[in-house]
Amino acid sequence: MLVIENLHVAVDGQEILKGVDLMVGAGEVHSIMGPNGSGKSTLAQVIAGRDTYQITAGRILYRGRDLTELSPEERACEGIFMAFQYPVEIPGVSTSYFLRSALNAQRKYRGLEEVDALDFLTLVKERIRLLGMDERLLNRALNEGFSGGEKKRNEIFQLAVLEPRLAILDETDSGLDIDALKVVADGVNRLRSPERALVVVTHYQRLLNYIVPDYVHVLAGGRIVRSGGKELALELEQRGYGWLSDEQAIEAVAGQAAAERAG
Amino acid sequence: MTKIADPLQTWAQSEYKYGFVTDIETETVPRGLSEEVIRLISAKKHEPEWLTQWRLKAYRHWLTMTEPTWQNVHYPPIDYQAIFYYSAPKQKTGPKRLEDVDPKLLETYRRLGIPLEEQKRLAGVAVDAVFDSVSVATTFKEKLAELGIIFCSFSEAVQNHPELVRRYLGSVVPYSDNYFATLNSAVFSDGSFAYIPKGVRCPMELSTYFRINAAQTGQFERMLIIAEPGAHVSYLEGCTAPMRDENQLHAAVVELVALDDATIKYSTVQNWYPGDAQGRGGIYNFVTKRGKCLGRNSRISWTQVETGSAITWKYPSCILQGDNSVGEFYSVALTNNYQQADTGTKMIHIGKNTSSYIVSKGISAGHGQNTYRGMVKILKGAEYARNFTQCDSMLIGEHCGAHTFPYIEVKNSTAHMEHEATTSKIGDDQMFYCHQRGISTEDAVSMIVNGFCKEVFRELPMEFAVEAQKLLEVSLEGSVG
Repeated sequence: MLVIENLHVAVDGQEILKGVDLMVGAGEVHSIMGPNGSGKSTLAQVIAGRDTYQITAGRILYRGRDLTELSPEERACEGIFMAFQYPVEIPGVSTSYFLRSALNAQRKYRGLEEVDALDFLTLVKERIRLLGMDERLLNRALNEGFSGGEKKRNEIFQLAVLEPRLAILDETDSGLDIDALKVVADGVNRLRSPERALVVVTHYQRLLNYIVPDYVHVLAGGRIVRSGGKELALELEQRGYGWLSDEQAIEAVAGQAAAERAG
Repeated sequence: MTKIADPLQTWAQSEYKYGFVTDIETETVPRGLSEEVIRLISAKKHEPEWLTQWRLKAYRHWLTMTEPTWQNVHYPPIDYQAIFYYSAPKQKTGPKRLEDVDPKLLETYRRLGIPLEEQKRLAGVAVDAVFDSVSVATTFKEKLAELGIIFCSFSEAVQNHPELVRRYLGSVVPYSDNYFATLNSAVFSDGSFAYIPKGVRCPMELSTYFRINAAQTGQFERMLIIAEPGAHVSYLEGCTAPMRDENQLHAAVVELVALDDATIKYSTVQNWYPGDAQGRGGIYNFVTKRGKCLGRNSRISWTQVETGSAITWKYPSCILQGDNSVGEFYSVALTNNYQQADTGTKMIHIGKNTSSYIVSKGISAGHGQNTYRGMVKILKGAEYARNFTQCDSMLIGEHCGAHTFPYIEVKNSTAHMEHEATTSKIGDDQMFYCHQRGISTEDAVSMIVNGFCKEVFRELPMEFAVEAQKLLEVSLEGSVG
């Protein structure tokens, strides 16, 4: 579903991603872990189409198409969803109105009929219950005055309503207490299906106790330095990121040198 | 922050929908301003001598005045001798029935979306249609008369209800009030008049639709609304003008009088031609609007949505004279391209327990400059006066400006004042968030702006709230960057 090849990304001339390779297939759950500043959020935002980042080399294919040809809104309509690390507030626009506009924009793009107000209400009420959220949030202005936890849950609630093909969760666990974490994970797990892929970006292993990934990748210094199964996350939890950055960075540099010689 | 400009700039440049010209024979008075011209206007309207004298008094006073320069708007000097002060479509007699109205005029209003035939009416709205200097038709007059409500053109009121006009004309905005109000007092041509008798709740919205058609002509209308004790009325005005390269002056005066327990709600959706994207042409909208809460427990509420005009310069105000009276001001002012607005309100607290409430939303886009200027004055005798002011500005793009000048003057220590102000910007983060959910730039901007204006829109009567939202969308198109 998602193929990233040798992706180099810079912001204001400074390179943040230095050759990332990643393949995510339908039905898979991938976790991207890594220390602060390793480029995890950059990777998430580049996939979603944030234009503050420049792709200097490499490419991203989504269902066989070059993603860079699509605007952020087209990507969304094609089924890419990102749960934001810092969801924004939009004063005066209710959560319900916002989400209905989003859903209908996506349906229109796909040639489907718009959802009327009544059907929409039935849908959102069902989904909001799954997230254990107060229905009154629907009528409040989007994220305005929401607690940190409510904002994060609201992201997963939107994910549940929009039902994307590829969902990227950017540090959704930060700011959540353990109960909220379970509810959010539960909501995400319900969305797991053979057609849908999930990329879970996180600093800590604890979310992965609840959303169990098929693959874990460690991003350090702008590069994926190690990939493995879910055990890798546990190993990181015990040993921290330090051992990796030394050991793997040396390997990575050696590998690149070898590749350059070969090239 | 520059990123946002790019997708927004790709927006198609919108056309001003109401920019057409009606080709109709008119009668005008000679260009320029003099006592002869004023006498001529007065004579054309068969006015009583006291009114002619009132106009001349205003004109002589105007000659001693100088144009104000304190406002935060910039325009080349106006040549007052180059303006036509009166232009009217040729028709046989004065006050008329709809059947007698020139079909071309009916067609004009139809194109503007204001059908004057009552059978095609906007449900529950009575309309007075003012075309250049005269009122061409007033709907529902007879039906309203059954309740004792007078709703007619200002000229008709002068003929049929001179005692009311004489008593209240200039009682809120004196002829000597300010440069443009004084000019208006000298040359005003027509407008609407409404009188709601004691205890009557007006069953429909009253409205005036102002249309400037003739070139190089100023429009100087005069509004007077009187609500007797216990009366209620909701009044709306709308305005459009053709697209012309030269600027045209619109200097109106609106006076409202609310007696004991009376309520007047006055809503404006102002969409005068704003000029083109380079700032050529457009209306100078220099207007004096003031209401007097004369009676106890009276209430005057101004709601305005100002999206048009090259320059908007107005401060719909309330004089809170009666004890427990309430003044409200809800405003959305949008400036795009090279539009300028200096608008706000004055709340003068005189009576005891008077309260005022101000909500102002300024939106600047393109090279637009938007100023909120407000004065809240608590006089000595105004025990326990209260004021709440909220004043929010939104900036879209890099070249626009928002300015806020609140003046507060308190002479009574029991007063309670609150002032809140914010400035925000449609940020890259908000846009990216909307985009990431699949929402297009146009829809995102209109959603964010409408959310910003929500508190004001909900004060408008339903159909007009919808109209105002659409107007805002159209006015924002193409501009933002």
